[in-house]
Amino acid sequence: MSTIEFKQVTRVFKRDGEDFLTIDGFDLTVSDQEFVAIVGPSGCGKTTCMRMVAGLEFPSTGLVSVSNKPVISPGPDRAVVFQQFALFPWKSVFDNIDFGLRAKGLPQEKRYEIITHYIGLMNLQGYESAYPHELSGGMQQRVAIARAYALDPDVLLMDEPFGALDAQTRVVMQEELVKLARRNPRTVLFITHAVEEAVYLADRVVVMTSRPGKIKEILDVKSIREAEGWDSHSKIEDVMDLASFVHLRTRIWKSLREEHGSDDH
Amino acid sequence: MKASAKDMFGTAKLSLIGLMAFLGIWYLVDLSQLVSTKFLPMPHEVLLKLIELFHIPFAGNLLQDHMMASLQRYFWGFGLAVLIGVPLGLLMGWFRWLDDVVTPLFDSVRFIAPVAWVPFAALWFGTGAGGPTLIIFAGAFPPCLINAYRGAKGIEVRYLEAANMLGVGSFKTITEVLLPAAIPSIIAGLRIGAGLGWLSLVGAELIAASSGMGYLIVKGQAAVATEIVMAGMLSIGFVGVLIDVAIRKMESFLLRHRQN
Repeated sequence: MSTIEFKQVTRVFKRDGEDFLTIDGFDLTVSDQEFVAIVGPSGCGKTTCMRMVAGLEFPSTGLVSVSNKPVISPGPDRAVVFQQFALFPWKSVFDNIDFGLRAKGLPQEKRYEIITHYIGLMNLQGYESAYPHELSGGMQQRVAIARAYALDPDVLLMDEPFGALDAQTRVVMQEELVKLARRNPRTVLFITHAVEEAVYLADRVVVMTSRPGKIKEILDVKSIREAEGWDSHSKIEDVMDLASFVHLRTRIWKSLREEHGSDDH
Repeated sequence: MKASAKDMFGTAKLSLIGLMAFLGIWYLVDLSQLVSTKFLPMPHEVLLKLIELFHIPFAGNLLQDHMMASLQRYFWGFGLAVLIGVPLGLLMGWFRWLDDVVTPLFDSVRFIAPVAWVPFAALWFGTGAGGPTLIIFAGAFPPCLINAYRGAKGIEVRYLEAANMLGVGSFKTITEVLLPAAIPSIIAGLRIGAGLGWLSLVGAELIAASSGMGYLIVKGQAAVATEIVMAGMLSIGFVGVLIDVAIRKMESFLLRHRQN
């Protein structure tokens, strides 16, 4: 059982001696094997929320816990897929995935087996000994996803993982992630500013307000997706054409629009 | 960006013109009797002497043996500077307390010219191999340390966060993340350190040695054999260039998998 819990989390950010409240009264529970996406205007603190689960940042007040244990440091039980990939340029594809497995102290045959499995799953065969700079952005992000999944983490944290990709690659990666997530369900916290992506991937979508970031509303996508049979379509554009999808997307768009409006003054 | 063959030819032509002009002025100064050839030997005399020094000993040794003596000291001094300076610099970038301990000490010592260590180098380690080695070390050490330190401090946070997230321990993070991330900066430090070390070597041998290229120059001066002094200077410059080329080769080897 792997869950993520935010209890009354606030986060104060100091700049030039002044306190800025970036996250306020954030309460959220992600249940075991649930895929939750957080969307919100830029600067609303959604990335900070993810980083607090990762143990890379900490709440000013309140509590963030994973599987009922407070988060005190980063660790391989909470794998992160970073927006800018964060692959090690001096390590090959194989070694990038292997690095975390070695740190876990797994025997060589076991590591080899795991790496081969995820390299296959992410369509990276033949690129084991390539270096990151030799790969396209989409391929690099596949390696980063393989690296995260290979750790066999309790929870997966993704920070706008497809934000740096071009539109076509992005769609392919979204489809692959959906396949991977449905076949290999995990507890996932997914940060994005792309509404369609959130609706397509997530079981629930959390909409945040602009700064200070609070939860504005939480939408249940899973029940609609299952009722309307989205997963019977393999192509993202077919899903995006469905009235139920369009309706949800528009609903979230409007909700976010209000936030942008209040941001503009 | 690769230079085209035409560009390379153009560059080579210009370099040749520069060299010819330099030699031309040199001959002109000599031939016009502005300076006595005793004080400024003609280029071809220097070249002939240089060749001669390879098979007729001067100051107790053949030129290649002087070179070897110098290089031996140099590799000890430079090698120690790299082996101590680079790890120490990396660790100072990693451990805040080490930074606080070493930096004030280091800052107060590093502006002392390497040659100023000559009296103590000779007292403590003698004029054989030890003394000059210390002086070379004093020249090469600061850039090795400073650049490793800057490389470690300048590492992109995302690499450290990724290593942290993967559960990689401190030791492996230093050797497999911090060190490779700092390599470009470290190599830049090695190049500067290698140059300063080589400069210090000659300074050290001018004063505290009984062999080597610096020693050859001192003996040449004592014999008022200016063509020997110049031949010595020329070989020092040539070996220095070779050392720099070797480090650059090493750099492109170490960075062969990186972009740019």
